[in-house]
Amino acid sequence: MLLLALDTSAAATVALLQDDVVVGRFASADTRSHAEVLAPAVRRILADAGVAGTDLDAIIAGVGPGPFTGLRAGLMTARTLGFAWGVRLHGVMSLDALAFDAVTRGATEPASEFLVGTDARRGEIYWAAYRAPAEGAVLPELLDGPHVGPAAGLPSGRPVVGRSASLYPEDLAGVPGFTTSDPDAASLGRVAHARLLAGRALLDTSPLYLRESDAQVPGPRKRATA
Amino acid sequence: MTATEPLILGIESSCDETGVGVVRGTQLLTNTVSSSMDEHVRFGGVIPEIASRAHLEAFVPTLQAALAEADVSLEDVDAIAVTAGPGLSGALMVGVAAAKALAVATGKPLFAINHLVAHVGVGLIGRAPADGLPPALGALLVSGGHTEILRVVDIAGDVELLGSTIDDAAGEAYDKTARILGLGYPGGPAIDRVAADGDPKAIRFPRGLSQPKYMGTAEEPGPHRYDWSFSGLKTAVARSVEQYEAAGREVPVADIAASFQEAVVDVVTSKAVLACQEHGITDLLLGGGVAANRRLRELAQERCAAAGITLTVPPISLCTDNGAMVAALGAQLVRSGRSPSGIAFGTNPSLPVTSVVLPEV
Ligand SMILES: [Zn+2]
Repeated sequence: MLLLALDTSAAATVALLQDDVVVGRFASADTRSHAEVLAPAVRRILADAGVAGTDLDAIIAGVGPGPFTGLRAGLMTARTLGFAWGVRLHGVMSLDALAFDAVTRGATEPASEFLVGTDARRGEIYWAAYRAPAEGAVLPELLDGPHVGPAAGLPSGRPVVGRSASLYPEDLAGVPGFTTSDPDAASLGRVAHARLLAGRALLDTSPLYLRESDAQVPGPRKRATA
Repeated sequence: MTATEPLILGIESSCDETGVGVVRGTQLLTNTVSSSMDEHVRFGGVIPEIASRAHLEAFVPTLQAALAEADVSLEDVDAIAVTAGPGLSGALMVGVAAAKALAVATGKPLFAINHLVAHVGVGLIGRAPADGLPPALGALLVSGGHTEILRVVDIAGDVELLGSTIDDAAGEAYDKTARILGLGYPGGPAIDRVAADGDPKAIRFPRGLSQPKYMGTAEEPGPHRYDWSFSGLKTAVARSVEQYEAAGREVPVADIAASFQEAVVDVVTSKAVLACQEHGITDLLLGGGVAANRRLRELAQERCAAAGITLTVPPISLCTDNGAMVAALGAQLVRSGRSPSGIAFGTNPSLPVTSVVLPEV
């Protein structure tokens, strides 16, 4: 199964996977240039692998939660590529990629509960609660979320995976080695592959904004110059 | 591709319209637009984040509809053009991401173009390809997002900004004034409708930047000879309404609307015509959504005729933001052998008109 995965919920990341083997990848630490770097990265990765877009079995897009503009650049790219190539399109919640990383790299005890949290800016984090799978399995179970809110409001007593742990160390008990991690397309692609193999449903590519737009409905006019 | 009749797909997302247009040379094949205007009504103006969200949802369906109506496939297209600026940053980003993805998927060249110059490109649609644009062409663009007078020597590379608003766009002034008068959004059509029953001479509202210190003379132009300002006008309307309210008198909404509209249209057309006369411009193209305004068209026609200037007002569906204008400019760029922009460029919310197409980075 040949998969192209994109996640722009934090960094801009792209990966090409043959089943769960990563055959090409790109990551940019710059969180504000997604629209610039994404398309060249896709083109280069496919060219390097000698793969045509129409060879893909599916495109996997991280649907967030994440800062709006970057998230949209990834989703718009994925949707347009899927349309133009006639390739199936699936969404995966971006925090699932981090949860998967923690489990597959042995950072969680089997069947233990843990949290994943990323930077939502404005003093808040995007987070979700997971349970690690039993020994030998790879897919963590989403228990709650995703949510957006202050780090201090998270359920206490559970280890935290993801960048939020280094941003709010006084509130969160970070899992060593995972306190500056962001969702990555390679892991996102592996999550999708594992779910597809297991016959589990994936999401569509609706963005998880979790916040309303900042727009305020103007109140009734009191004075004309108000 | 045939150099004179290239098949171009144009993408527009700089404000609240998601536009996909297809042209073959100067022939229009489709102008498909999805607008999020209804979602902005309760806010009384375009909310950038709402517009951006709407672009993401609207793009692929709009593209599909456009390809179907033009009866072409993506493989048939010779090049893709997309608005890279000026406009709302987050909104531009969506169209650019989509255009780049199409360029990657199809291998077609991509032109990142200037939205304001694209408004001028509309003037080419339906003309014989060999005719091109008139040699001494100006463009007056009036919309909710911009108010400019341009001089177009060569649409593919030589465009000059003669004047622009220094604060609100004219369409924004309409929206804000309509809100003060309780007329709803968008303000342009609402005020135009109510103004029809009012006296445009009832109240003399200020014409911004028209005092001698700003205007200067043709020989020694002042700092804002061809520029506009509408923020003072909006304040003057608000004061006027307050005075009626304070006196316990009924606000003469129709008279205020008509007088406001007259102030806008008077200063917009007089400065535009002055700029044309002083730059040897003999043909003027009207663009932007406010081109739909009855009084603006009427007065522009009258003043252009008196000054010996030929005024062209395209169909309104081509005056408001759309993808066909982007495609039309793209076709001219291909025709004149300009290099495409690659796929690594960034959007530029304040792209100057001197930059018609972004260079490859
Ligand atoms: Zn426009």
